[in-house]
Amino acid sequence: MERLKLVLQYFQSNSESISNGICIILALVSVKLYTSFDFNCPCLPQYNKLYSLGVMIVPPIILFFLGVLVNRHTGVMMDEWMRPVGNRSKNPAVVKYLVSAMIQRALLAPMVWILVTLLDGKIFICAFSLSVDPALFSGAPNNTGLDMIKIMAKVPCKEDVIFRNSSFRKAVSRYVRCYSQAVGWSTLLFLIILGAMGRLIKPCFDDHASFLQTRYWSNYLDVEQKLFDETCVLHARDFARKCVVQFFEDMREDTILRLQHPPFIFNSKEGWEEEEDRLHGITKQDQMNQLLKKWYYSKPELDVTRIAHRPKPCVTWEDLEGEILYSDV
Amino acid sequence: MDKFRMMFQFLQSNQESFMNGICGIMALASAHMYSAFEFNCPCMPEYNYTYSTGLLIVPPIWFFLLGFVLNNNVSVLAEEWRRPTGSRTKDPTILRYMLCSVTQRSLIAPAVWVSVTLMDGKSFLCAFSINLDIEKFGNYSFVRQMSETEKIKLLARIPCKDLFEHEELRVAASRYIKCISQACGWIFLFMITFTAFLIRAIRPCFTQAAFLKTKYWSHYIDIERKMFDETCKEHAKSFAKVCIHQYFENISGEMQSLHHHPASKDDGEDDDRSDEDKLLGIRAQNDMNKVLWNWHTSKPALALRKNFDGENNEKLNGKMNGTINGLANGHACDMEKKEWAVYYSKV
Repeated sequence: MERLKLVLQYFQSNSESISNGICIILALVSVKLYTSFDFNCPCLPQYNKLYSLGVMIVPPIILFFLGVLVNRHTGVMMDEWMRPVGNRSKNPAVVKYLVSAMIQRALLAPMVWILVTLLDGKIFICAFSLSVDPALFSGAPNNTGLDMIKIMAKVPCKEDVIFRNSSFRKAVSRYVRCYSQAVGWSTLLFLIILGAMGRLIKPCFDDHASFLQTRYWSNYLDVEQKLFDETCVLHARDFARKCVVQFFEDMREDTILRLQHPPFIFNSKEGWEEEEDRLHGITKQDQMNQLLKKWYYSKPELDVTRIAHRPKPCVTWEDLEGEILYSDV
Repeated sequence: MDKFRMMFQFLQSNQESFMNGICGIMALASAHMYSAFEFNCPCMPEYNYTYSTGLLIVPPIWFFLLGFVLNNNVSVLAEEWRRPTGSRTKDPTILRYMLCSVTQRSLIAPAVWVSVTLMDGKSFLCAFSINLDIEKFGNYSFVRQMSETEKIKLLARIPCKDLFEHEELRVAASRYIKCISQACGWIFLFMITFTAFLIRAIRPCFTQAAFLKTKYWSHYIDIERKMFDETCKEHAKSFAKVCIHQYFENISGEMQSLHHHPASKDDGEDDDRSDEDKLLGIRAQNDMNKVLWNWHTSKPALALRKNFDGENNEKLNGKMNGTINGLANGHACDMEKKEWAVYYSKV
């Protein structure tokens, strides 16, 4: 349990590592989505390309928006960008840093989807089987009465009748798939080179000192917002407690007046003082019923000034000569 | 301070992540239910469309309502909406905020169901197989010779594998309709994500300050309700403890309990004193039987006396207690008054 707490604390202390974690989870979700999605090429000349390119482009856009949505930094960045200047000057470099960090993280899941589709090859086969020159391959079925375009359009569909006894379909698929995988690997290589170059060259152009500053202040903004939310929650809790206790004690004041007796600070058996305190002076069924009824019909106003600034008894210790040794006043 | 932070984080994350957890569980349940459900197209022209559209629409509505039922905030919202104004003004923006947050969470499971249904394609196939144009898929001359009703009946049987003879046509048609279904599914997902993106990313441009206020006060209402329940529980516990304690005192007689009270001077015999005290003067079997009998036949009134056991105020207390008892416990304990009187007359 202790170890779990430590791990949680570590992750929550560093907001960047939370964002990285979420980013990686989204990439895994993207892979899982692709494997569970039942790709269904229409095998018709007019619709093949449209369908395949749609499946290759629309999900990455969705994943990008999702990545921006679940990132905490989006809220922080929008707040910082849109806030009025007030007493705190605005630093555009911080906003730029937050935007670039957010976009980089959001682009990971779409990239993963595109790479997985390219390396798998189904989508390329569906889209570009029409563009292949059938003369390159032997065994094209020519007794079906369909024109060549329609036959090529049917290549992505394994179970189609016309390809039953020929290896034509497999040959064309393999050919297009090679292309697809080549494009996939090249894209991956290109991205990695881009990332590496960016990392290596950036210090030459950017001022590292100001980069450290922007990074510090963007992290600060994130932590500040988190702490503000936490403080609000704690405050609401205290406020609610005091409001409720004040409500109970307000009902009590009536009781004391009826009894015509001021409350004593009495020296009773141990433990009972605490119990009596928790009663807040409500000691009868009628009182309790009235309290519960009033809670619904007329909730107390949101003002706990009385209980927050209640006078406390102050003790003054004097020695035998009357000299003050200690005083709460 | 660290422990406090941990506790707070747990509490706060507990509240929100509890609701998010329920959301996630419902979404998974929705996806699992779809895969476990056996889609069974009637393959008849009159019923195909009704069956499929029903399956596309009714379960999402059910999940939506279930989301409302499982969400605690719904009762908080309803309470805040219906309460009389009293001394606390009502703020309509808070109600709107709470309604929005509850609705957003409840919409996730239905969205999952609709998107899984569309991606799977069976429901679209069942609904729209009648509207297909067979000429698109090849040269099927036998269709042209059929009458309209026969053609429609034939098309209606496309979703059922075992009822349709022309395998090629069936496969081509299913593939075509499934494509359209999946395209609709992706567009649906895109619309939802884009809307959520607009709401989340663009909202801060408009109403940030007011938003912080409504967020704080809606959270406050929730916490206040919990605090009230907690305070009532604590109060009930203390009430019960003191009531039972006083009941035992009454039944055993004030004499026995007052014999025990001066031991506050004696710190050495702490343990013994507390054990003796716990007996509350009941030491014999008959006494205990009487206690138990009376607990059933005549429970004490729900009205507590104030206990004034300070030895300095003994005499004062005697009178005070008598008076207080008289005023507070109008109808009960005629016995006690007599005992009080008897005791003090002996002193």
